[in-house]
Amino acid sequence: MATPSDSSGAATEPAIGTVPEALAEPTVGEGARPSIWPPVPRLVLGIRIVIGVALSVAALYAPFYFTPENNRILSQAIYLSIAAMGLNLLTGFNGQVSIGHGAFFGVGAFTTAILMVDHDWTFEATIPVAAALSGLVGLLVGFPALRVRGLYLALVTLGLAVLFPRVASKYVEGAGGVALLRPKRSGFASLIDGLDDDQWAYFLCLAIAVVLFLLAWNLVRGRMGRAMIAVRDQEIAASTVGVNLAGIKVGTFALSAAYAGVAGSLSVMINRIADATNPVLYLQLSIEFLVAMVIGGAATILGPAVGAFILVFLRRNTEDLIEGKEILAPAIFGAALIAIVYVLPEGVVGGVRRLLARLGRRSAGSAARPAPASASDVPNDSINPGGSHEEGT
Amino acid sequence: MQLFVEQVLNGIANGVVYGSVALALVLIFRTTSVLNFAQGEMALFSTYITWKLADEGDGFGLPIVAAIAISMVIAFVAGAVIERVLIRPVEQARSPLNVVIVTLGLFLGLNSVAQLLFGTDPQFMPSPFPEGSIELFSSGGDTAVLPKSTIGMILVLLAECILLWFLLQRTKAGLMLRAVASNPDSARLHGIRSGRMLMLGWAMAAAIGALAGSLVAAQRTGFDASLMQTVLVFALAAAALGGFDSLLGAVVAGLVVGIADALTIQYVDALDGIEVVLPLALILIVLVVRPNGLFGRRTVERV
Repeated sequence: MATPSDSSGAATEPAIGTVPEALAEPTVGEGARPSIWPPVPRLVLGIRIVIGVALSVAALYAPFYFTPENNRILSQAIYLSIAAMGLNLLTGFNGQVSIGHGAFFGVGAFTTAILMVDHDWTFEATIPVAAALSGLVGLLVGFPALRVRGLYLALVTLGLAVLFPRVASKYVEGAGGVALLRPKRSGFASLIDGLDDDQWAYFLCLAIAVVLFLLAWNLVRGRMGRAMIAVRDQEIAASTVGVNLAGIKVGTFALSAAYAGVAGSLSVMINRIADATNPVLYLQLSIEFLVAMVIGGAATILGPAVGAFILVFLRRNTEDLIEGKEILAPAIFGAALIAIVYVLPEGVVGGVRRLLARLGRRSAGSAARPAPASASDVPNDSINPGGSHEEGT
Repeated sequence: MQLFVEQVLNGIANGVVYGSVALALVLIFRTTSVLNFAQGEMALFSTYITWKLADEGDGFGLPIVAAIAISMVIAFVAGAVIERVLIRPVEQARSPLNVVIVTLGLFLGLNSVAQLLFGTDPQFMPSPFPEGSIELFSSGGDTAVLPKSTIGMILVLLAECILLWFLLQRTKAGLMLRAVASNPDSARLHGIRSGRMLMLGWAMAAAIGALAGSLVAAQRTGFDASLMQTVLVFALAAAALGGFDSLLGAVVAGLVVGIADALTIQYVDALDGIEVVLPLALILIVLVVRPNGLFGRRTVERV
């Protein structure tokens, strides 16, 4: 019940709101049926609902409050979180590491750009095509990925990201890169004429992100999700109980690539360019997806969104932190990344969950239990596995 | 024929570089199971230190061999410090991805600090090898020449390999290093200070990187902060091809990748501009046929 508002809140608020978003996630779906996860204490539930509603309101109000430039940055954070979510399905839930999702992002971006510029499509119509094409490329990469594991897979995908801009600039007409002067609005535009371009783009990104996050959330809680997690944790054991290894792995790869493709498609609308001139751009993007996923919290639903907003916030603020020393921005960015990994090894969402588990235990009022015991991690996990149920065992 | 031989020689010259960076990657991977994405940038930083020590205009004007030696010592210490300060604390984390994030952070950081400290202009690195080249053969009007610097690079790589082999297989420290690599916990139970061994692994890798970086820079007419980026991609390919846990494999695969790359550039027009396909395709083919790399050992999994 609290779900839709929670998830929409997730994808929208910049870094100030990042921590509480995590509160909303594990609540849902546990009340209805007997669950393997213990009931959430009322206090925590209350906090989650309040924050979820507040975030949704903020998300809907944000584009009217900020300048167009800031709206553009918010939209960038949203498409980044979609791509990070795609990677999260593959790496976080299915255990296949990819450092090449920038390539799938690029496939989506170029599909949209070419269809719009050369074939006069409206933007919205290109999104499904972009998703399908990048999903198809993902499928093709997914098959060799059956043989290639772990580190090797990471390397093969890394090669993919290095390769993509070269292939694009070789085969796409023009001097490497398709630029759009102004995105065409579709027929919907007349209904929402009151919105400026940047606001419209923001809402479109937001709506797509909400849908895709809900989809991912449903997926990982269902049959497919359990199979994905089983394959990640114990591949051989999973296959002995009848999980179709190849199907799950290749399917996850394709789906994950499709997410990245949608993100790439949206990026064309926001940035108005599909770029093939920068040879390391797609490698950088791949790294950004990975970073967003890890600092937000791998194998969590809200993690990629939280991570994406932290990332965009950090990047924006390190750029003009030191005047005249812009060259240092990546250094500060890198240092911040290392610091986050130190402080929150399970990502922001993982850290907040741990905190909440502790808080929940307190408020559950087990007065008989001595308080100091809660300082240790072990009892936390045994009492509230909700804190780690998706992180695998 | 002449063209072919020249391209092969070119490929060997590049392949030696890929091989030595791959050697460093494999060394770290064997001891700590970490794939060090910052390896290239660590080498870049050391290369700048070498340049600073050797350059006569902006630096101290030391002879190049001395500069490389000092830079390797600095890199050795720095590598150990990086392992202890940056890598160790996150190694215990539940997700191995965290270490990857740290090395990526290091990658970004080192690159931009290097640019800040040493400037963004291309710099010139003197070569430690004598100039000129040796005539291999001449038939008719064709002659094939082998630059002396290439011979030097090959000799250096050979020396590195022999030294590393001796160190790992014939000394007590090497035995302990291998013990830690194969099972850190039981190594610790046998009284090996595994922390120190991990530091040693990183330190040696950093020193090898410093040597490799300095020599690559000397090979080029000028170098800047992007020097190691393509080298790293090819070195990663070589390491994967050789099967991550084999030092010999890394070197051989480095040469294979280098030669294949040079020949593709020369002969395969269809791949013009996208030569990077090649190492990727090589990795894929090899891995599909031999999932543990050309020289990797097969691992048995216990469920």
